[in-house]
Amino acid sequence: MQYGLTEEQKMLQESIRELVRDKVEPRSIEIDEEGEYPWDILELFKENEIMGLPFEEKYGGQGADLMTLCIVIEEIAKACVNSSLILGCQELGATPIKIAGSDEQKMKYLPPLASGEKLCAFGLTEPEAGSDAAAMKTRAVKKGDTYIMNGSKCFITNGGIAETYCVFAMTDPEKGVRGISAFIVEKGFPGFDFGKHENKMGIRGSVTRELLFDDCEVPAENLLGKEGRGFNLAMMTLDRTRSSIGAQGLGVAAGALEYTINYMKERVQFGRPIAALQGLQFMVADLGMQVEAARQLVYRSACMVDNQEPGFSGVSAMAKCFATDTAMKVTTDCVQLMGGYGYMKEYPMERMMRDAKITQIYEGTNQIQRVVIARQLLGKS
Amino acid sequence: MDYDLTEEQELFKQMVREFALEEIIPRAEEMDEEGEFPYDIITKMADLGLMGLPFPEEYGGSGADMVSFVIAPEEISRADASLGITMEAHTTLGSLPIYYEGTDEQKQKWLVPLAKGEMLGAFGLTEPEAGSDAGATRTTAELDGDEWVINGTKCFITNSGTEISKVVTITAVTGMTGDKKEISNILVPHGTPGFTVAPPYRKMGWHASDTHELSFNDCRVPRENLLGTRGGGFRCFLKVLDAGRVAIAALAVGLARACLEESVKYARERVQFGRPIGKFQGVSFKCADMFMEVELAREATLKAAWLADQDRPYSREAAVAKLFASETAMRAANDAVQIHGGYGYIEDYPVCRYFRDAKILEIGEGTSEVQRIILSRSLGL
Repeated sequence: MQYGLTEEQKMLQESIRELVRDKVEPRSIEIDEEGEYPWDILELFKENEIMGLPFEEKYGGQGADLMTLCIVIEEIAKACVNSSLILGCQELGATPIKIAGSDEQKMKYLPPLASGEKLCAFGLTEPEAGSDAAAMKTRAVKKGDTYIMNGSKCFITNGGIAETYCVFAMTDPEKGVRGISAFIVEKGFPGFDFGKHENKMGIRGSVTRELLFDDCEVPAENLLGKEGRGFNLAMMTLDRTRSSIGAQGLGVAAGALEYTINYMKERVQFGRPIAALQGLQFMVADLGMQVEAARQLVYRSACMVDNQEPGFSGVSAMAKCFATDTAMKVTTDCVQLMGGYGYMKEYPMERMMRDAKITQIYEGTNQIQRVVIARQLLGKS
Repeated sequence: MDYDLTEEQELFKQMVREFALEEIIPRAEEMDEEGEFPYDIITKMADLGLMGLPFPEEYGGSGADMVSFVIAPEEISRADASLGITMEAHTTLGSLPIYYEGTDEQKQKWLVPLAKGEMLGAFGLTEPEAGSDAGATRTTAELDGDEWVINGTKCFITNSGTEISKVVTITAVTGMTGDKKEISNILVPHGTPGFTVAPPYRKMGWHASDTHELSFNDCRVPRENLLGTRGGGFRCFLKVLDAGRVAIAALAVGLARACLEESVKYARERVQFGRPIGKFQGVSFKCADMFMEVELAREATLKAAWLADQDRPYSREAAVAKLFASETAMRAANDAVQIHGGYGYIEDYPVCRYFRDAKILEIGEGTSEVQRIILSRSLGL
């Protein structure tokens, strides 16, 4: 077990930290208030080759491992969860292609994603298929050289602004879960449209939209992997990305705590900084412990995934669940530590609390994570 | 020992509940989105006698005891917390000081229209440098002939800037006794030259509740506007806060109950994995805990209210109620969003608003940490 970051990782972490401090953090309150996708931050990430981090060099990326990606996502999320999602969603949408894409598909779709020229999205969730993802109803029927897709997906991050969509659809309803297949669907395919924009509590700088398929024509060569292996591919993808959501939760928790500690040192009540009050000191101590524990779990799970160690699935679920539960606890307590000011929109804390909540829900609710963990520990009952 | 409400109290509860269902719930989402003060609903509440419940009929009130009074904030907040706090702060913080300490003339002039809901009551205690350290008042009032000259700033003052906000009771330093501040309460009518109301705060939640910073620059009011005795301000506001604590605890019970009812409803209706999600213990146990805490919060609130009605000291029980009920509300709101999954994060669903509205309950009218200080002191520590 190697503890600690490599020199290279430390240097990257420092440079991301500086970039975030100078260019991302100053935009964070505005991005939430405007409620629009921060295209300028995407440009910033493109210029600094951040979008290419999780892609192999042969596709124009930097070939960074999951551990490195987690470090970067954490640094960005400390200041702005919306901005961290730009990278997080690119990883989520591209991973099915990385796992199951043919050489041709990879060569066609991955380079523009690595450069950030195009965005991608992951189309799994439906109104009747949330935690029960296998209950999906979107159908894809093969007709000659084309699959005809009908149905809809909901709550899709980057819906409408992405060009490349990994969409999961039922090709053989009789086979249930084993009848689900994965497809690469491009914006502009006939019959592919976008629906409702969701008005969300937080992550308001991300686009969440319905995907609508009305006799949508998907070329047969856009089948991703084999027919009937789609659900498996979705699960493998989520296994891999869990650590990165954990990193997002870790980031917002760490960022909230750091901000609050600085506030507590300056805020004077009862004749001294509130940081001198033991009741509050103990709260901070507890939060600090949880953040550190979350960090170790996230990094450990990322290393396990990178090294393909057995049991990485369960540990990744632990990392996602624990780090995001920590994010919720820490941001809620940080609003408390800031008192009335914590509740006001002039200060970033209430936004961090709103942003933290979704991390306990998406990419597998923390209840589903517990199902995965329990299964690993207790065996399937 | 009788745990039941009287028949009259039950009928009152039904009346307020029906009013909330018919008049408030249908408007709640819009009020939250627009952030506009609901004058028409306040008028209807006034017509029902809900704006002056605890005051004697001779002053335009309903003569309700504390136990009867706290029924109202629970039922109103079950529908919408912004209206709940408007009514609660108006009655306790805004009107009680005048009821407790006012001369007959002051009561006729101010308490009667307040109790009738023609005016909205506000209490200016909190300052930028005097939050939890409420005694660190910096606002001054100097006697110049027949007038008080007031200078200072108040912040986070509920109900202080609506069209029907006509007077605010403020705390001010009117002298020094040795090195101890002499704090007095003074009635300052809106429109007095030198009294400015800043634009409303933008808050995480409570969007339809009116909150402002107030500034006093050589603001002159008649000498007779002193409320109670000179130097008696601190003692008065401690007494007022005790009562307010019980009422805001009831408000928190209402919000927590809203979370419980919505969660149970959703858990029964939402089907995943072939059955209602409420059939999974991961969900049902959360609802069980929520129910238990709502019950306990209500019992604690009623106990404090009952003690107040017996004219017995109730400061400690009021702190227990406020602390427990507010923390219950935050936990309930967090779990309610979680139970609703992705939908809980969408503003179309009321649990989203409950989450944003819950946090402030742990902060306003004495933070949870202040409640713990009160309890510690009551234990002789």
